Amino acid sequence: MLLPVVLVLLRKTRMSQHAETVALHPEIQQRIQKQRLLDNVFRYVTLSFALLVLVILGGVIVSLVDGALPALKKFGFDFLTTERWNPVKEVFGARAAIYGTLMTSLIAMIVGIPVSFGIAIFLTELAPEWLKRPIGTAIELLAGIPSIIYGIWGLFVFAPFLQRNIQPLLIAIFADVPGLSSFFAGPPFGIGVFTAGLILGIMVLPFITSVTRDVFETVPALLKESAYGLGATTWEVVWQIVIPYTRVGLVGGVMLGLGRALGETMAVTFVIGNAHRISPSILAPGTTISASIANEFQEAVGDIYTSALVALGLLLFVITFTVLALAKLMLIRMQRNTGART
Amino acid sequence: MDRPSEAQGSAATQFRGISLASPRATDPAALTEKISIKNLEFFYGSHKTLKDISLSIYDRRVTAFIGPSGCGKSTLLRVLNRMYDLYPGQRAAGTVLLDGQDILSPKQDINLLRARIGMVFQRPTPFPMSIFDNVAFGMRLYERLSQSEIDGRVEEALKGAALWNEVKEKLNQSGLSLSGGQQQRLCIARAIAVRPSVLLLDEPASALDPISTAKIEELIDSLQSQYTIAIVTHNMQQAARVSDFTAFLLMGELVEFSRTEDIFTKPADPRTEAYVTGRFG
Repeated sequence: MLLPVVLVLLRKTRMSQHAETVALHPEIQQRIQKQRLLDNVFRYVTLSFALLVLVILGGVIVSLVDGALPALKKFGFDFLTTERWNPVKEVFGARAAIYGTLMTSLIAMIVGIPVSFGIAIFLTELAPEWLKRPIGTAIELLAGIPSIIYGIWGLFVFAPFLQRNIQPLLIAIFADVPGLSSFFAGPPFGIGVFTAGLILGIMVLPFITSVTRDVFETVPALLKESAYGLGATTWEVVWQIVIPYTRVGLVGGVMLGLGRALGETMAVTFVIGNAHRISPSILAPGTTISASIANEFQEAVGDIYTSALVALGLLLFVITFTVLALAKLMLIRMQRNTGART
Repeated sequence: MDRPSEAQGSAATQFRGISLASPRATDPAALTEKISIKNLEFFYGSHKTLKDISLSIYDRRVTAFIGPSGCGKSTLLRVLNRMYDLYPGQRAAGTVLLDGQDILSPKQDINLLRARIGMVFQRPTPFPMSIFDNVAFGMRLYERLSQSEIDGRVEEALKGAALWNEVKEKLNQSGLSLSGGQQQRLCIARAIAVRPSVLLLDEPASALDPISTAKIEELIDSLQSQYTIAIVTHNMQQAARVSDFTAFLLMGELVEFSRTEDIFTKPADPRTEAYVTGRFG
């Protein structure tokens, strides 16, 4: 914080020299000087707030790495590839948690993206005026439900429902399909990777929908009319004009949802079953990185156990960061392909 | 602008320094009605914006709609391909016959209608895809064509829109990479690629510089031998230059509809005269 102060003082002296040469009325001069000083103070206060972001980010990274070091030193690269998670023997591997995190997010995206896009298309292109507002408000309310509520609802209502009605059906349908039979195999537990993915899909829905709706609304009416004017149907206009025109924003919306799905903790912890293993069937219980941390931090005894959990946190950070970086890269590449858009 | 047909004799018309469109055959015997509008009314909600409009748009002639802002000329154009249908609360009453068929009838398939009636807008609206795909867009919607047929039709349309020589080397580039005037000709190419019988032009040159505007006007002149064209324009010189017939609208009413030459040289209604001589509007 010393540097800004010095800079302010330097500026002030330069300004006063300049002011002398103009020879204004002293009162006005004083006022101008005061205003400039205030402006500079303002500039450096906002600058320091902005720098705070970097400091916090750096601090988080440093403390994550520092906390994870003991575990990473002990297990090395095996930490990523080991499925075992045995607190008694102090053998920890993140593979099951990584798999669970990616798998639940994948299911969430498979479920969430088409439904979100569908809602957004309906709201922007098809819905009559009187229906737009209620549905729009409902989506915003959906986003406002705390995740713990999704968790208890998932555990007490949704999981039993799936266990009774949906999962037996899936098992029966895919029993004879080669390749997919093991994917939907085993007894219907109710809780598990599949259920967690579905809950995540519901949770990311409002986020993807509201971003998608907003970017759909940026499509100029004339552009859509041009396509309608050639005889295109609503489906063709949406598919060939609206979505290509907005793809950059759409990727942004999807990434926002994905980021949330990857990091979501509470709801997943309730319904995923918390088992550190990778089952071929997505109906079986599993765990995710954030669910493991939330579940086990309290009972983590010993430095290595704690450190292994922090290392999980570091992993989640890396995964989320990678997703965002990839999204940025994709956006840059797509913009280049579309050509200069003004 | 020089037009070859002006040399053919019949009075090369000049009006206050504005050269009028060459007199193509505009006597009733030589004309067939393409679109016949009868007692057309249009409503935005409960607000009536077109009042009892009746006029004929003739086959392979250029008809211009002129009038001050808000007079309903664009609305009239948008009735002809039922573009207003996209917006709830807008409706038309009366009859509009296209080749004798009522297009306002609920039985009319709107998408097919729009494939028969092309439209070009105030501002260029290239789709976010390559130049080639822009032109091929419409024909791919309704026709099952082989790649070589599509190639041929795209080239034909781009040549028809006088754009081929400028873009033939870069058909795979984004349509957005073209200049404004080129983009507008791309939109015209896109419209004629589906081989419509009618072209609606809604102030097609209003966002363009004078040189691009001149190119568009030349293009309209060359297109009129194949297409029935209705053009909305703010610019009276433009109407005089490109059209055979002109309709003057004022506050939702059709004040006068006549041969362009008559509208500009001997208007029947004093309001028309006031408008074309620049006393208001």
